[in-house]
Amino acid sequence: MSDERQLPPHYQQPLLQTPFHDRARALSQLDSFIPWSGYTTVDVFTTVEQEYFAIRNAATLYDLTPMVKYRVAGPDAQRYLNRLVTRDVARLKVDRVCYCVWCDDSGHVIDDGTIFRLGDDEYRLCTAERQIDWLLDSARGFDVEVTEVTEQIAALALQGPTSCAVLKQLGLVGVDRLKPFELGSFEAGGLRVTVSRTGFTGDLGYELWVAPQDATALWDALLTHGRSRGVRPIGSRALNLARIEAGFLAPNVDFVSAERTLRVGSSRSPLELGLGWLVDFEKGHFTGRRALLEERGRGPCRQLVGLDIDGNKPAVNALLYADRSARTEIGSVSSAMWSPTCKRNIALAMVDVPHITPGSSLWAEVYLNRELVWERRMCRAHVVERPFFAPDRRRATPPADV
Amino acid sequence: MSAVRPTAAAGYDCVVIGGGHNGLVCAAYVAKAGRSVLVLEAAAQVGGAAVTHEFAPGYRVSACAHVLNQMSAQLIEELALELHGLRFAATQMPTVALSGDGAPLTIGAAGLSGPARLSKHDLDAYPRFVERLGKFAGLLGLVLEQVPPELGTSAWSDRFALLGLGWRVRRLGRRDMRELLRIGAMNVYDLLNEQFESPLLKGALGLDAVLGTNFGPRSPGTVLTLLYRMAAQAGAGQRAPAQPLGGMGAVCDALAKAAVAAGVTIRTEAPVSRVLVANDAACGVLLESGERIDARTVISSADPKTTLLRLLGAEHLDTGFVRRVSHLRTSGLAAKLHLALDAAPRFSGLEAAAHGGRLLVAPSLDYIERAFNHSKYGEYSDAPAIEVTVPTARDPSLTPAGGHVISAVVQYAPYMLRAGWEAERERMADRVIATLEQYSPGLRGMIRARELLTPRDIERQFRITGGHWHHAELAFDQFFMLRPVPGAAQYNTPLPGLYLCGAGTHPGGGVMGTAGRTAARRILAKAA
Repeated sequence: MSDERQLPPHYQQPLLQTPFHDRARALSQLDSFIPWSGYTTVDVFTTVEQEYFAIRNAATLYDLTPMVKYRVAGPDAQRYLNRLVTRDVARLKVDRVCYCVWCDDSGHVIDDGTIFRLGDDEYRLCTAERQIDWLLDSARGFDVEVTEVTEQIAALALQGPTSCAVLKQLGLVGVDRLKPFELGSFEAGGLRVTVSRTGFTGDLGYELWVAPQDATALWDALLTHGRSRGVRPIGSRALNLARIEAGFLAPNVDFVSAERTLRVGSSRSPLELGLGWLVDFEKGHFTGRRALLEERGRGPCRQLVGLDIDGNKPAVNALLYADRSARTEIGSVSSAMWSPTCKRNIALAMVDVPHITPGSSLWAEVYLNRELVWERRMCRAHVVERPFFAPDRRRATPPADV
Repeated sequence: MSAVRPTAAAGYDCVVIGGGHNGLVCAAYVAKAGRSVLVLEAAAQVGGAAVTHEFAPGYRVSACAHVLNQMSAQLIEELALELHGLRFAATQMPTVALSGDGAPLTIGAAGLSGPARLSKHDLDAYPRFVERLGKFAGLLGLVLEQVPPELGTSAWSDRFALLGLGWRVRRLGRRDMRELLRIGAMNVYDLLNEQFESPLLKGALGLDAVLGTNFGPRSPGTVLTLLYRMAAQAGAGQRAPAQPLGGMGAVCDALAKAAVAAGVTIRTEAPVSRVLVANDAACGVLLESGERIDARTVISSADPKTTLLRLLGAEHLDTGFVRRVSHLRTSGLAAKLHLALDAAPRFSGLEAAAHGGRLLVAPSLDYIERAFNHSKYGEYSDAPAIEVTVPTARDPSLTPAGGHVISAVVQYAPYMLRAGWEAERERMADRVIATLEQYSPGLRGMIRARELLTPRDIERQFRITGGHWHHAELAFDQFFMLRPVPGAAQYNTPLPGLYLCGAGTHPGGGVMGTAGRTAARRILAKAA
């Protein structure tokens, strides 16, 4: 190799660091980092339990810079997004955010994400995985520009019951007037921060978007001003517990992107994922519409449901049966946990029709490892409504001053 | 069948975009079944690329294809084209492989003949080769006539179609089946070198395999294109290859008359700007003039990219489908040279009567492959491979008295020429004429006027994206169930009510008409 300096940074260092990395490393007690979309991010800072309880009882900082961000702009931006996602983007007003999914031609989910409307013809699409190939192919025939801006924006999630109070303390005047899924620009201590009342915890919370050079200043300010309100950084493990309680889906856990599945039948439609409410058949054509119409006509043959399982052992990866004797297999669990807040043993599972209606009862085959001795338990599971945990504070505007 | 035809004001059952041969064929068959049909042609005359055009005052020539070697005999009979004025200036045109030494080789229905000297081996091998390939071509011929089955469905008709295909291959017998499987995906260069010694014979057969394609003889899949040509020619019956009296335009004139007789309305100078959509179904078309025409079924003979990406628009289609359509290989590689001559051209070693055949400049397989090499890098060769006809040898009506025309298909002329066609068109014409003059001394002095149509010109004049004869490359990955793309290979598109019937659909282009005929069958079955 003649000149190593010309190699792109990813060749030198396969995982990039976010602008918050130095701060996170200093606070990480376990040195527990995991890769996420090409970045190294914290899995656990101290202990999962401590971090989880901070989400539900105080406020938490979570570095979501690696979330892939695309700028979608141009005269056809709205038409483009409406053809891309299943939801009606024309209803999204400026300074509002919506959750959405997009599908391939067979109506199977490629990814989920959020769309931020930043202006009349300017949007930001946030996704879990890189999608530029699909997004650019979808742009054929539209006057729209799609560019990845992940590295140009540093992002922090501030989530928990005291999060609004922390932001007010920081000097973000009027932040308490933001409604859920609303977006606003604020200034505090010389920092320009865009704040959206969004998150992945199902709790009161905000996501903060700043220029990368302002990232550490924002981090420091939040920890300083939030100390009395219990702000602490969290890793992905604690967040994952909160998102299961909130009933949110995690890509590659609860579904696999249709662009990545190889086996027939392993990709999932929004109807199967229980996201039928995101599909607007009346708005005009979108990718996957004809396939989804057909599926709606014949009805999905399986669906993602919430389960409440007897006992307190998380039914991780459990197979589900219609009968205790495990003769008829009817599905499997994709996410499971003991919910400390709900005091319930909950799970997200893909279950065959007709066992999907709330109130149905089925059996989970749970394996327990007791000091290397495996035990098998058949536990009764009940289909229940999602989310499992939905406190009023997540919607209250203004939030209670705590 | 609808008993009452709606008037024009209330719209039509079907509107056909494009009055090329496939559009007219499809329209005629659909109208014969009782539907009201309107054909919209952008140009002042019908015919699309199958027209006779005047390229110099008084001199007329077939603008693109100049030999009718594929139009189904059955179609000519069913539509009574001869009743509607189709006449032939020449039939069973022999193929003449021109030779630099003045001793050409003639390949006719009766076999090989000189003056070129042929080895005993070649004379023995040729009939066996023709017989065996003819058998395989016969099999392919059945495929060309059918609506391609859809893969991955649970419909029994699709399964039976695939089973039937497998059964027919099996019935060839062990030896022939093995041979078909062996050569099916091979290149024609290797196949011909196995069989023959004469470079002239191999060159002539090799050129037939690659005419109108983006292939050289050594490109994989060129045995398929050779079999395809043989299959289509077999379907065209005893007459083929033939030269229509009055040029290729006469075929479409007859088709237009047959269509009108079947009840079709034809409007020329009526370019379509959009396919109209209501409730996720095609409901008519918008003309460039702003006029709106309602129809329950919209049939397009335009190429798939034009139809789906420009007239319909990606917004009505799924991203994955649009991706496949955009990836369709549609760049043409054949140019057309027309020469207006003061006198009858003379090719060395040919009697006057033999000038009515197909004259090939392809002295060896390597010659063709070398000409192809340049095209891969956006250049043209100074020694091109050429299929020449002298239509006036059999049809004096094309020129003023005493005049002659030469019509030549020239390979290879890349659509994306690195130097740009505006700068290079005349220079390439010079090179082609210089090449022809090696076989026809004195030709240059007879030329009164000339015209070279590059793929760019063909694209512009005939509204074919990429200027490809077949609208889309004819290759394994764009053939049969994959033509033009999965999701539109059965003539219906993902948009209900919108159908394709042009050369971009199965079985492809050439002045064959089978695409239009099979599309009509499918449309009548689906949109009953």
